[in-house]
Amino acid sequence: MDNFLLQLLLFCTAAIIAVPLARKCGLSSVLGYLLIGIVIGPFGLSLIGDVESVMHFTEFGVVMMLFLIGLELKPSLLWRMRTPILGMGGVQVVGTALVICLIGWFFIPWQKSLALGLTVSLSSTAIVLQTMREKGTMETSPGRAVFSILLFQDLAVIPILGILPLLALSPVPGGSGGEVPLLDISTLPTLWRVVATLGAIGSIFVIGKYLARPIFRTIAATRVREIFIAVALAMVVGISLLMTVVGLSPALGAFLAGLVLADNEYRYELESDIDPFKGLLLGVFFISVGASLDFLFIRHHLLLIAGLVVGLLLIKGLILYGIGFLFHTPGEGRSYLAAALCQGGEFAFVLFEFSRSNGVLTDKIITPCISAVTISMFLSPLFFILQERLTGRSGNEEQQREADAIKEKGAKVILSGFGKVGADVGRFLLSTGIRPVIVDPDAGNVATLRRFGFEVYYGDVGRLELLEAAGAAEAELLVVTDRDTEKAKALITLAREHFPQLKIAASAADRSAAYDLMDIGVSTLRRETFGGAIELGREVLVRLGFRRYDAYCLARLFRHQDEAFLPKLYHAHRRQSAAEYQLLYRRHNSRMAALLQASGENNVGLSEKAWAAPHGEE
Amino acid sequence: MDVDAAEAVFRYFPAVDQLVLFKVPSRNTFKIEIDMNKILLLLAHPAFGRSVANAALYSAVEGMEGVTCRDLYDLSPDFFINVKKEQELLLAHDIIIQQYPLYWYSTPSLLKEWTDLVFEHGWAYGSDGNALQGKYFMQAITTGSEAESYTLGGHSSMPLVSYLAPQRATARLCGMRWLPPFVAAGVHYESRAVLASEGQRYRRMLEALQQCSRLEELAEKYRITDGPVPEANALDRDLLQGELNG
Repeated sequence: MDNFLLQLLLFCTAAIIAVPLARKCGLSSVLGYLLIGIVIGPFGLSLIGDVESVMHFTEFGVVMMLFLIGLELKPSLLWRMRTPILGMGGVQVVGTALVICLIGWFFIPWQKSLALGLTVSLSSTAIVLQTMREKGTMETSPGRAVFSILLFQDLAVIPILGILPLLALSPVPGGSGGEVPLLDISTLPTLWRVVATLGAIGSIFVIGKYLARPIFRTIAATRVREIFIAVALAMVVGISLLMTVVGLSPALGAFLAGLVLADNEYRYELESDIDPFKGLLLGVFFISVGASLDFLFIRHHLLLIAGLVVGLLLIKGLILYGIGFLFHTPGEGRSYLAAALCQGGEFAFVLFEFSRSNGVLTDKIITPCISAVTISMFLSPLFFILQERLTGRSGNEEQQREADAIKEKGAKVILSGFGKVGADVGRFLLSTGIRPVIVDPDAGNVATLRRFGFEVYYGDVGRLELLEAAGAAEAELLVVTDRDTEKAKALITLAREHFPQLKIAASAADRSAAYDLMDIGVSTLRRETFGGAIELGREVLVRLGFRRYDAYCLARLFRHQDEAFLPKLYHAHRRQSAAEYQLLYRRHNSRMAALLQASGENNVGLSEKAWAAPHGEE
Repeated sequence: MDVDAAEAVFRYFPAVDQLVLFKVPSRNTFKIEIDMNKILLLLAHPAFGRSVANAALYSAVEGMEGVTCRDLYDLSPDFFINVKKEQELLLAHDIIIQQYPLYWYSTPSLLKEWTDLVFEHGWAYGSDGNALQGKYFMQAITTGSEAESYTLGGHSSMPLVSYLAPQRATARLCGMRWLPPFVAAGVHYESRAVLASEGQRYRRMLEALQQCSRLEELAEKYRITDGPVPEANALDRDLLQGELNG
């Protein structure tokens, strides 16, 4: 126990030191984890005990990550991506495996070299996705291509696990090695294996579609947050175990479960519950990858391992670049593909282990290869940076990561906030043919709205760089709909300061927010709920039997009077005592009442003289 | 058609007897099968809640069979006009009546807006605009001043129908046959009882219009000429004339 806590403290401290440092240097957090892993590993400070078991345990972070990715993906999107998944992914895995197999054939029997090729054709989902997330390149077209290939690789693990035993030259007696849990049911007859596999996948769908909702509802009703987290964790762990038992990749199972739950209303809750676990587990996983580098072995076989690493990166990179050509990825995208996926992946560790237990590969091959794969993984965050530098994209990932790249150029209007008010303002402007640049600081909101077909960008326009990126220098008008008045004020002040030509229109949450905005000189402003309230009031009058046009005129009169009086009330509020303000407010209300009720017997509330000659009719 | 209405028809058009015999085999069913002119009545009064004269007229005809009554200010309080719908209604009727109080010798503003939008180019007028061709157009107007004031040199300066020139010309341009207006004049000075009887006169007029088969012939008399403008309520007299002739 003490030891466990000590290890926990160690990993946490390592992460706390490494990640901010890495970010400060403009590196991705993955690289930070890997580096600190080396530092605290057996060849550094030698602080970690059993690296392998830690690594094995934390591989689970990958499973969680795929679950989260599944949650964020719509099956329809997946279907649209079927060509890149099958096409690019297929060519990548098969091509890489064959090329490596052919080269390896010079040195080792083709069976061994094919096993090797299949194993290293897979890339590191954990590193690549984590890095892409941080850099915000998931939504770009090369980002999608990378994701498609990774997805295919995860799927490919299943047939690879099936093929590897067939490549065994010296079958291990009773060789369905018990120590690798992935093989548990392989002792069963084939038919039963198929049934069990299909049953497992089917149960994910049934649970996700029909059982999850009532379960979540019940749990959510208890309002005990940790129980919900427990359910979420139990679900992911359970699926992984189930998948392991039937010999499928747990990551794939988790991904499927995520997909099934993607339209569940508890999606965001699940996401936010699992996300920290995923982050921590992956962090520790990366640290242990760093720590597992066997420097002693590497030093003794420096040339061999250097050759393996270079060969691996070169072969995979070239094939990926070729795939970019084949599938008409633009120039920058091709190098991105190559840089992103040229490393070996964490699945390689699993597959090497599997090959060893099935007598396909021997330690003589496996040990240097594992080192090479680890080094290639270690290098991959560097390749991202290298690719960025070479293609001239800004290396400052801070800027790229936090906000979407804004494509819209030359828009006349910037709309900040796409919440309650912003959404309707945006819809209205879009309908009139004005295409505002819409920026919303709520990532969840942005994702949802994008699904509804709105071009909304994630980011906080309160930051000068983003305001600039949104085109504030050329825009005519900034519409501020943030509910948070302080934020709105800060944004308006910032915009005024740097883009004096920008006109401002703002929505105020309520009367006092309106006063706050008037403080900084905003004149075009509307109170958020005022219009809706008057419209509702008008409907009330109609339901009470008022003629529609009378109700309309009353509402119009009220609105104009109230808006006209707002500046006076504002001045009173700011310059006079509270009592004086209240008096003025009361007087305003009673004057309004007198005005609206001014008419005669029918009490329709219009000026008595409207549409009437002195004698009554007409 | 109720008994009152039948009476009105017989009073105005004694020939209706033969007409009906000629048109329908069974007299019992003539109420249903007679080929009535369909009337679209468009009321425009911004303060209808306080109206006396227009309310008297409108309530006298509201709900009549074959008359579609539309209170424009209630239907378009914010001046939003569903042009398609209005046009469809126009197409489905034979006689279009605009009922309104005369404001500053003109229509209430919504009625102008309605006309501006609904009588579209290419639909109501223009080289392919013939949707309203052959329909009848009539105004039903209340005036505050008495009828006598609408004379040359009178308090209201000109004959009433002179002020209806824009609508008359509009109707002509759209290929509609203009009919002289129904006018309830001097409503400022009239008692409610008188206004109620004006309502009954209005109703009889509408019933007569529904039944009348000689409208084309009547309208012919009111083509725009360089002669004096027709008198207000001239149609009323025409219909009575029919009775005298019979």
